[in-house]
Amino acid sequence: MIIKGKVWKFKDNIDTDVIIPARYLNTSDPKELALHCMEDYDPEFIKKMERGDIIVAGNNFGCGSSREHAPIALKEAGVSCIIAKSFARIFFRNAINIGLPIFESAEIFDDSNQGDILEVKTESGTIKNITNGNVYKIKPLPDFIQKVISLGGLKEYVKEEVKRRKINV
Amino acid sequence: MGKTIVEKILAAHTDKKNFKTGEILNVRVDFAFANDITAPFAIKDFKSSGAKDVFDKKKIGLIPDHFSPAKDIKSAEQCKILRDFAHEYKIENYFEVGKMGIEHALLPEQGLVLPGDIVIGADSHTPTSGALGAFATGVGSTDLGAIMTLGEMWLKVPETIKFVYRGKLNKWVSGKDLILYTIGKIGVDGANYKVMEFSGEVIKKLSMDNRFTICNMAIEAGAKTGIIEPDEITLDYLKGRARRPYQIYKSDPDASYEKIIEIDVSKIEPQVAFPHLPENTKPISQVGDIKIDQSVIGSCTNGRIEDLRIAAEVLKGKQVYHNVRLIIFPATQNIYLQAIREGLIDIFISAGAAVSTPTCGPCLGGHMGVLAEGERAISTTNRNFVGRMGHPKSEVYLSNPAVAAASAIIGKIASPEEVM
Repeated sequence: MIIKGKVWKFKDNIDTDVIIPARYLNTSDPKELALHCMEDYDPEFIKKMERGDIIVAGNNFGCGSSREHAPIALKEAGVSCIIAKSFARIFFRNAINIGLPIFESAEIFDDSNQGDILEVKTESGTIKNITNGNVYKIKPLPDFIQKVISLGGLKEYVKEEVKRRKINV
Repeated sequence: MGKTIVEKILAAHTDKKNFKTGEILNVRVDFAFANDITAPFAIKDFKSSGAKDVFDKKKIGLIPDHFSPAKDIKSAEQCKILRDFAHEYKIENYFEVGKMGIEHALLPEQGLVLPGDIVIGADSHTPTSGALGAFATGVGSTDLGAIMTLGEMWLKVPETIKFVYRGKLNKWVSGKDLILYTIGKIGVDGANYKVMEFSGEVIKKLSMDNRFTICNMAIEAGAKTGIIEPDEITLDYLKGRARRPYQIYKSDPDASYEKIIEIDVSKIEPQVAFPHLPENTKPISQVGDIKIDQSVIGSCTNGRIEDLRIAAEVLKGKQVYHNVRLIIFPATQNIYLQAIREGLIDIFISAGAAVSTPTCGPCLGGHMGVLAEGERAISTTNRNFVGRMGHPKSEVYLSNPAVAAASAIIGKIASPEEVM
C-alpha cells in the first residue's frame, strides 16, 4: 500500500476528548462524528483538511478515553494515516482494529513541517518526506497485528475465526 | 526467575506455556462489559460476526451509565440498543436505570469482577478493578465485539513498573492524592503500555475505596492496567459479594520489573491537577488564588461511600458559596442509599448541594453539570483535558473529595484546613 498526503502537525498528548468531544458521542454515525473531528483543538481543521491528508503528531497520540469514535471520526474525515512519536495503547488498538493505518516514527515528527508531502510505502516499510527528500524506516508491526490488518481489521478476523472454529454457528 | 501477579494471571488464561514480555498472547476473558457509548458499535460487530450467540451470557455486562438517564433522543436510542440486545440475547448483567451505577464502581460492588480475573471493558477506566488483584484493562468497541463473540482477545505481555509507597499519610491525603502525585511524577505517558503495580506499607493499610481510586487513574499515566495484590482487606470486601470462586495471585519476591519507584508519602500534601493534563499537579499549599464556578464530587474515581463521608465531614453545618454550584453524584444506587441512611445526603442538601442519580454525565461534559465558556470547576473526576466538562474554553482542576468540598464552601480552590 502507498499512502501519499499533506502533513497536519500536532503536538504531544492529543487526547480523544479533543479528537471527538464527548458531547457528540450520542451518535455512532461515522459521518456525523467526522463533522466534529478535532473541533476542540482547531475548529477549522475539518474545513481546511483534504481527503488523504496525514496527521503527524508527538508523543502519546490518542490518550484518554477508549472511544473508538476517535479513530472512526479521523478515518471518516479522510485522514489517510497517522504517524506519531508514540500512541496511547487503546487508540493504537482501535486504529488497527478499524483499519486506520498508523505508524510510530520520531524521525518523521522531527523532520517534517505543516504542509509537507509524505509518501508511506507499507511494503518496503519506508516513509519519504517528498518536500525535503529524506527517507525513514518504519518500525515493523508484530506478525499477528499484520495479519489483522491484512484481513481488513479485527471484525474480519473474528468472522474467519467463527467459521474456522464453528463458534455458535 | 519469579513472576509478577500480572504474568501469573495471564499464564492462567492462555494455552501458551512460556511467554516473554512483548509477546502477543490470546487470553480467555472472565468478564467483558460496555456502556451506552461503546456498546452500540460492539453489538453491531457481534451481529455481523456470523455467530448466533454470545460466548457466555453470564460473563457480559451492559451498563448504560454515560448519557443516562437518557439526556436526549439520540442518547435514548443508544441506550435502547443495549436494552433490546440484552433482552434478545438474555444477557444476565444488564443494569437498567434505577439499578444502574457507574460501571467501574458497580461491577466490583456486585461481585461480578474478582481477583485473578481477566476483565475487559470498553471504557478506559476499566483498570479500577485491578484493585481487587484482577488484570483489568480498557479497549474500544471492536475489541469488545470480538470478545462478545469469541470470549478471548489478543494482548501484548506488558512490562510492569512497581510503585512502593512508604511513610505516614498526612491528614486529608487519600488514594486520589497518591495517584495524582504519582502521575505528576511520571507524566501522562509515564507508564504507556505498562502495568502499574501499587505496593508497600501504605497501600497495605488503605481501604478498598482508596485502592479503587488509585487503580482507576492508572490509565491517566497511559498504563495498560493498575493492580494491587489481594490481602485481608480485599478478602473482607469480597465476603458476601463474590458471585463465583476466584483465585488469588501474588508477585514473587524475585519477579522482574522494568523499574521500581519508591515514594515517601509523608511529604505528600493533597494534590490539585491543573488544566489541561492530569500530570500538572501541585500541592494544595502552592495552588494560589483560583476562583471556581462549580465543584463536582463523584464519578468512578471518587463516588464511593468513603468519598461521600469525607465530603460530608467537611460540609457539615456549612453553606456552599453563593457563586458556586456543588454537584454530588454517588457512583451506584447502593452507595446513594447508604449515604441516605448515614445522613450524608441530608448534610449535602442542607449545605446547598445538588445530589444526582449515578451517571458519568458531568465528568465528560455529557449532562448534569456542563461548563459554560470561561467557567472553572474543581472536580474529583479523572480528566482535565480541553473541553472535558463542557466548553473548550472552560477549565477543570482535579482533586480529592475533601478539597472539592472545601473549595465549594470558600468559592476558590481551598484546603479542608481552611474550613475546619
